[in-house]
Amino acid sequence: MSEITQEQVTHLANLARIALTPEEIVSLTSELGSIMDHVATVTEVATPDVPATSHPIPLQNVFRDDVVGQTLTAEEALAGAPDHDGSRFRVTAILGEEQ
Amino acid sequence: MAKLMDYDRALELFEPVLGFEVHIELSTKTKMFSDAPNYFGGEPNTNITPVDLGLPGSLPVVNGQAVRYAISLGLALGCSIAPTSRFARKNYFYPDLAKNYQISQSDEPIAFAGSVEVELPNGRMFTVPIERAHMEEDAGKLTHVGGATGRIQGAEYSLVDYNRAGVPLVEIVTDIIYGAEADAPELAKAYVSTIRDIVVGLGISEARMERGNLRCDANISLRRRTPEGEPPAPLGTRTETKNVNSLRSVERAIRYEIQRQAAILDDGGTITQETRHWHEDTGQTSAGRPKSDADDYRYFPEPDLLPVVPSAELIEELRAALPEAPAIRRRRLKAEWNFTDLEFQDLTNSGLVNEVIETVAAGAAPAAARKWWTGEIARTANAQGVDATTLVTPLQVAQLVALVDAGTLTDRLARQVLEGVIAGEGTPQQVVDARGLAVVSDDGALIAAIDEALQSQPDVLAKIRDGKVQAAGAVIGAVMKAMKGQADAARVRELVLERATALPE
Amino acid sequence: MTTDLTRLTADALATKLSSGEVSSVEATQAHLDRIAAVDGAVHAFLHVASDSALAEAADIDRRRAAGEEMHPLAGVPIAIKDVIVTKGMPTTSGSKILEGWVPPYDATVMTKLRAAGLVSIGKTNMDEFAMGSSTEHSAYGPTHNPWDLERIPGGSGGGSAAAVAAFEAPFALGSDTGGSIRQPAHVTGTVGLKPTYGGVSRYGAIALASSLDQIGPVSRTVLDSALLHDVIGGHDPRDSTSLTDAWPSFAEAVRNADVAGLRIGVIKELQGDGFQPGVMERFREALALLEGAGAIITEVELPSVEHAIAAYYLIMPAEASSNLAKFDSVRFGLRVNPKGGGTVEDVMSATREQGFGAEAKRRIILGTYALSAGYYDAYYGSAQKVRTLVQRDFAAAFANADVLVSPTAPTTAFKLGEKTGDPLSMYLNDIATIPANLAGIPGISVPAGLAAEDGLPVGIQFLAPAREDARLYGVAAALEALLEQKWGHTLLSQAPDLSPSEMNATDEGAV
Repeated sequence: MSEITQEQVTHLANLARIALTPEEIVSLTSELGSIMDHVATVTEVATPDVPATSHPIPLQNVFRDDVVGQTLTAEEALAGAPDHDGSRFRVTAILGEEQ
Repeated sequence: MAKLMDYDRALELFEPVLGFEVHIELSTKTKMFSDAPNYFGGEPNTNITPVDLGLPGSLPVVNGQAVRYAISLGLALGCSIAPTSRFARKNYFYPDLAKNYQISQSDEPIAFAGSVEVELPNGRMFTVPIERAHMEEDAGKLTHVGGATGRIQGAEYSLVDYNRAGVPLVEIVTDIIYGAEADAPELAKAYVSTIRDIVVGLGISEARMERGNLRCDANISLRRRTPEGEPPAPLGTRTETKNVNSLRSVERAIRYEIQRQAAILDDGGTITQETRHWHEDTGQTSAGRPKSDADDYRYFPEPDLLPVVPSAELIEELRAALPEAPAIRRRRLKAEWNFTDLEFQDLTNSGLVNEVIETVAAGAAPAAARKWWTGEIARTANAQGVDATTLVTPLQVAQLVALVDAGTLTDRLARQVLEGVIAGEGTPQQVVDARGLAVVSDDGALIAAIDEALQSQPDVLAKIRDGKVQAAGAVIGAVMKAMKGQADAARVRELVLERATALPE
Repeated sequence: MTTDLTRLTADALATKLSSGEVSSVEATQAHLDRIAAVDGAVHAFLHVASDSALAEAADIDRRRAAGEEMHPLAGVPIAIKDVIVTKGMPTTSGSKILEGWVPPYDATVMTKLRAAGLVSIGKTNMDEFAMGSSTEHSAYGPTHNPWDLERIPGGSGGGSAAAVAAFEAPFALGSDTGGSIRQPAHVTGTVGLKPTYGGVSRYGAIALASSLDQIGPVSRTVLDSALLHDVIGGHDPRDSTSLTDAWPSFAEAVRNADVAGLRIGVIKELQGDGFQPGVMERFREALALLEGAGAIITEVELPSVEHAIAAYYLIMPAEASSNLAKFDSVRFGLRVNPKGGGTVEDVMSATREQGFGAEAKRRIILGTYALSAGYYDAYYGSAQKVRTLVQRDFAAAFANADVLVSPTAPTTAFKLGEKTGDPLSMYLNDIATIPANLAGIPGISVPAGLAAEDGLPVGIQFLAPAREDARLYGVAAALEALLEQKWGHTLLSQAPDLSPSEMNATDEGAV
């Protein structure tokens, strides 16, 4: 049922921000196709009368009190950063705009 | 520069169709999903926990107070509160979004289907339909460095501060708004202003637009009018104008977009579905990112969080605690204060209703409170380019009014005292004392000055004695001058007439 | 003397530490020595924290000498799966994209371990981001099965299981999203338990699939797993999915183990076709022993289990695709600047291309597909419905049985490299373990013996209803006792010695 195309994989890689090589796109297209053929069987048993389960153990209303806790220092926050200016994280130029 | 159509002509040809998305930053103590302080001034990247930084392994936990605030807001908007609402992940990559997904209540908002009554400057009442109000988290703050404009285009690099990341937001989304017609720009302003009044009344947000506590994205499209009897034309393509950071801008941006879109459509062009950025300085919008099918946010229920299922008891408790709705409150205040429509409208437009309420509560008469806030204080604020509320407190205004009522100050003196209070010289009484501005109410001093003036102008004295009372003006002027203005002119007049007969011939 | 210390169970070592017969520094050094001797061949560890471990051990010894009240396990060394965030110890989750990252905070389980005075001796190897069943998808090279160095140690927690099986640590922490604790236990002759979802805090466990992940114990004996579970379990306000239940002592459940009258339901769908004869032989033998001890063996059906793998391979990658989005080169980890520069989008894409391995990319793309507009309902939505069906099946089965049982995996350890070219066949290996994750119920794997045809370990899996983890410790401990009584020794005592001379010989032939 699933016919995955290279164009789709390219689009997915773009959504997922992974610069796949042309070779990877070819192999992923075929792997994804065979995996999807297998997993698509879920659609056969998932009839409209069956509710979806997103949490294995149902809980609700799990809230936190509005009380301030411990924060990281800027040094701790920046320690693992690839690049920073001493107080903020630095990234290269952004194409596009704020969302 | 975009071509604009005359506004009235645009309204003849097209019907404006509106929609608003207003984001409210809640004033909780901590963030939406972490226990970091909900405060984003100060040193960058200090009000953050591993959760706000999206560190691997960290997990969100919902702030219960934010949920209560959101329910209260939903109720104030006349919404139904969802028996079950759920958080979802909105997936997209952006450097200010720490996890590269935003936790938001996408298709299961906590509040839905409400309406807000809005009063337009011309007195027209308008009901804005509310589709939903839902909770979500704010993103971090980007600063673009390099390039000529300091804007994103042409920047060499950007810096990210995550202090704002995770600040609790409620997004209020209207249904499509029809029927605003030529009032569309005023409706936009009045709607945002009403939302601001509601959240301020609830005490759930600072709601300062200039600080981004309250942000409005305005959707607008034009529908071509069809001759009577013909079916209505389909809805036009809409644009979403962002970055509108003041009430005035909301109004201007809508007007601008109507004129811009009308010019394009009338030339046979088409509107691009896109976000547009409002520029306060030029009064124009510019094209931003086009919306397209490529926007695939891959929403799915947030597996790290559980459904919100508010009890009926909680909802009723919050409902009982709701303050008066702005429209009802306005009607009540107008009656209580005995203001005319025009007076109250004038006050509403100035955005100083709360200040007048507090000033009245501090003992001032409503008319005097209104006169000072919308008069001298508003003028000074305008001249200085600041918010009137930052200049003086309602208590200070009430004290000033009390000094006038007691006869200690004339209006003219009171204006000088106000100037001193604004300059930070202390309370009105302190300014009076320090500047020596009080009215000279010692009749002895006044009589001495009057007698001197009358005796130095015998011809005037004679005229007064002859019953030509209007001649007293010259004497009064001389006395006021001698008293350096610190005398009550009416009292001086009384005394002049008295002395004119009392003085020996 | 030092070799003896590594052969002790955590419980036995704890007794010697409490009595003062052995110091924590001695115990820690013994395990560090063992790691130095054998880990070159096993490669169970990504990071050995010699200095900090010895310092922590010395601190425990000092406090104990000062008469301080100590937790019974204080001073016992433990290995930590690298999926768990550790302050001061590098944490990579088996990925290049996190190489060298030292977290500024501790996972809740680490906080609990430190509070109890356990000594963390290092971080163990794993499939990248826990994506795999063989530890071959680690960015830092595979771990080798101590029973046969040419074979897989299971996955994703092959490092923790191998470390325990090779006597490099008495016990370890693992994480289980679809079997990553239980399947490695199965192939290495060790014990591993996936707790009830929400029984152990996930705060600080680098997420693979949030609705399936669970941290749990890995050990050589059922009692050691129970002791460790008692330390790490319980409510954590930092994890919204953490249960507020008051848990019984699992160690107590082990000590009171008794299967008389216990109804054990054999899962019909998890035997026969595709299951190796030697695996089934040990399985039936174990059931016979339990029946002999008074257990009532019945058969139960889980008809939806045939769709469990399909549902799992939609839900897991979907959640993973979102969980792994944070690895973007901005706040932590690797940054790769594309040739000739580029925008931040290009930098992110280049970083993720180079930083993620093939399996991670495969699952991210698969998950992105399953969630994308137009496919969500058919794939992710349907998979969540299958999850409901699996839960219903379990509920029906548990109406007639106190615990359920199956082999932990269809086969014994396969050879390194045997399945890396065929992702689907690798996925099918998780058939027996996945249903418990979908339903959120607890599961344990205990050694059942060696398969006749290859002499490799075989595990048996017990499942219990949610919150009934204690039942698993009871039945597993009972079976462990029955088997060891029958054999006259522990299973791991039969594992190859891994003496240095043997190591060298194997090294030459190793991958």
